[in-house]
Amino acid sequence: MQALLILLLVLVLACALAVAFTRDLLTCAVVFMAQSLMLALIWVLLESPDLAITEAAVGAGVDSLLLFAVLKRIGAIGPGKGERHGPREK
Amino acid sequence: MARVRNDFEGRRWQRFRAWLNEGDTSLDSLLMDAVDGRSSAPQPAPSAPESADPGAVNHLPLSAVQARRARAEKFSRGLYRTLAVLICFGLIGVLLATAAALPPFGNPDNPVHNEVSRRYIEQGMAETGAVNVVAGMILDYRAFDTLGESNVLFTAACAVLILLRLGVSDRVRRWERDLDARLYEPQNDAILQTLARFLTPMALLFGFYIVLNGHLSPGGGFSGGAVMGAGLILYLNAFGYEKTARFMNYRVFQTASCAALTFYAAAKSYSFFTGANHLPSFINAGIPGMLFSAGLIPYLNIAVGLVVCCTMYAFYTLFRKGDM
Amino acid sequence: MSLHNIAEIAAIALFGVGLTLLMMSRNLVKKVIAFDMTDSAVFLFLAAKGYISGRRAPIIENGVQSMEAYINPIPAGLVLTGIVVSVACSAVMLSLCLRLYRRYHTLDLDEITALARKEED
Repeated sequence: MQALLILLLVLVLACALAVAFTRDLLTCAVVFMAQSLMLALIWVLLESPDLAITEAAVGAGVDSLLLFAVLKRIGAIGPGKGERHGPREK
Repeated sequence: MARVRNDFEGRRWQRFRAWLNEGDTSLDSLLMDAVDGRSSAPQPAPSAPESADPGAVNHLPLSAVQARRARAEKFSRGLYRTLAVLICFGLIGVLLATAAALPPFGNPDNPVHNEVSRRYIEQGMAETGAVNVVAGMILDYRAFDTLGESNVLFTAACAVLILLRLGVSDRVRRWERDLDARLYEPQNDAILQTLARFLTPMALLFGFYIVLNGHLSPGGGFSGGAVMGAGLILYLNAFGYEKTARFMNYRVFQTASCAALTFYAAAKSYSFFTGANHLPSFINAGIPGMLFSAGLIPYLNIAVGLVVCCTMYAFYTLFRKGDM
Repeated sequence: MSLHNIAEIAAIALFGVGLTLLMMSRNLVKKVIAFDMTDSAVFLFLAAKGYISGRRAPIIENGVQSMEAYINPIPAGLVLTGIVVSVACSAVMLSLCLRLYRRYHTLDLDEITALARKEED
């Protein structure tokens, strides 16, 4: 159980560094969703099932959905990606 | 800023588009037009290098000033980045040094496990009637805090409504509808609709189950409300805005959120006047383990679940469609 | 630094990554993602405070009501509220980003600052 906790914590940090060093915004949103999911697994290991359900439904669910909706609105995904108005990233 | 209109097809937008597309990173051409007060018909892109022609005498001192300003900005940007990294690393170093002095993780003798948690666990079920000690704590012992949190959600929904719904002229709405995802996606997608017909009732039912059983098993208003909201979002994505607006529109959102929040405030806001002294509840706790036990907790869970569900749906549809 | 507090150390490292990303990134949506990341780090730190090894989740089973059988429920209650407030804050920040995009057609902070300064002249 301790080894699984250490593995999940290392994965969460790896996801955070992946978000930091990626230029594509869609990849950032997807990796952030994966980080929320791994955080939900950590809550289960820390014996807090309320937090696990809430983080899975809210963090890996609605929060990431909002990010996708915003990215679609600014034209960072979909056809003609980035050419329409040129929202530059870094 | 008062004289700037929301004029997307006007000259300002054309100039900005030309500046963006030609990749000119210096601020010369854009700033010079504003300083000269040059009123312009829509200028095509090739005219921009002409205005930066160093042969024109009255432009020369301006471009030197602007070049110096651009260099100063680049230097300050580099300085900001270095200082930001140094300060962040310094702060994290201080925090890590403090973490070395923390009591060990998982030790039962930590000072955080004091008489408050003893009271909540040992007498929680007898006093509140809830089998789930966390639900009994946040909806009975500390119900005032959850009232504040529901208020935060409601305020956030109002803020997003104000920001994304009002003050939009017709031309912008037409232009943004062209950008809307719905026009570029295949309508009546077969896979999505077949799955949504099966999954949406299940998601709503599962969310309601989590809300109702908040005091008996893990879950509660927040998680159940989020699952219900996710079910509604799936229905919106599969069947479109018109069909969903038949049963979930602005009036339903308004009624459900305000009624739920008013009920919660009527039940638990006496703490504004009595402080931390709770009034004894006139609904008795019942037998622990039954569905309608634990006093007011199931009803407060339903209220919180309604607020969370409506808020999550409102966020998504305002971001996607711009309207409720 | 002993390895007794891995969860707290991981939470502090995650907070550091989020804070640095918040200050260094130029895109506004990435700043919102970084803000959410720092929120998650604080929740991880708080919830790790309430864990006691060898004990169960705080849901009373078989009538056992002694304190020695369950973990501390108080930090879990704090984090539960925090998660939902975090998503509300992210939603308001993202709607502000959308309004900025509608006005300036870019989400790069340097360009927005330059355009806003130009408008004020």
